Amino acid sequence: MNEQPPKRSRPEPVQVVKQRRDAALRGLVDGVPYIQFLGIQFDRRGDELTAVLPFDEKLIGNPILPAIHGGVTAAFLEVTAIIELSWSLMWEDMESNPQDPAAVRAFRMPKTIDFTVDYLRSGLPRDAYARARVNRSGRRYASVHVEAWQDNRSRLFAQATGHFLMPLPDDPIDEPAT
Amino acid sequence: MQASDKVARQFMEALPHSRALGMVLEKMEDGVAVVSMPYDERFIGDPVTRVIHGGAVSALMDTASGASVMCHPAGSVSTATLDLRIDYMRPATPGQRITARAECYHVTRTVAFVRVTTTDDDASRPVAAATGAFTLERPKGAKA
Repeated sequence: MNEQPPKRSRPEPVQVVKQRRDAALRGLVDGVPYIQFLGIQFDRRGDELTAVLPFDEKLIGNPILPAIHGGVTAAFLEVTAIIELSWSLMWEDMESNPQDPAAVRAFRMPKTIDFTVDYLRSGLPRDAYARARVNRSGRRYASVHVEAWQDNRSRLFAQATGHFLMPLPDDPIDEPAT
Repeated sequence: MQASDKVARQFMEALPHSRALGMVLEKMEDGVAVVSMPYDERFIGDPVTRVIHGGAVSALMDTASGASVMCHPAGSVSTATLDLRIDYMRPATPGQRITARAECYHVTRTVAFVRVTTTDDDASRPVAAATGAFTLERPKGAKA
């Protein structure tokens, strides 16, 4: 009974895996000027993303309170939803075929169909965090929920649900002007 | 009404984020506000199509909506967004200015209801539309 255990391929070195995933995330986030304009960053733990919005004066809506602009909150939640959805799609391609980065580079952003923001309390002048959950991801449509908080994870200051249109490879790049 | 309109207009122009996005208040009168925003490469959401990010459109519509509440005859002294539901009908054409027209069409003692539509150069085909509920704070001592 000196049978050899079944041959398994060696797992990839941890640094190789990390580099690949971080590069894919950077490729997704750094290419979007509006994410840079707002200063949104993404923390990654495995496949879990947390969006971070460091506080900045230019994010203020009501200077008397002061409070973060409702439009900033909406934008922060929408950015988080789109990146999470894109990331979840990209992750499958990337992990099932790690030798082919072309699949990641050819990636196209989902388009927002609608987005509903629920403002629970005013955004304070400090850093904000958000995480999104893809509730349904079909071939053509997706539904994503997002939660945002500041000091306490359990005290949300806003949440949102959005529907998104997934780009298909044969979709025209520009919507035809009808 | 003239004085409070002036106060509301100054308040709007003092919003740091609206200033950062280059928003211009075109009109603010009797519960209707029109706010426009230039096309700016910093606001691009899809680097392939160069279309501006939905979040920037949302910020414009939220600003116009808040302004429409502030200039409603109810005389609200402050407002905050409770809920905003946005529909994106088509991508805004890259390079074109976008304009949001918001109408505060109903108020209760404490809540204001708003409709808002955003267009680019082709005003016949809206880029986005939204409906929202906002807090309404009447001046102290005002009759409900």
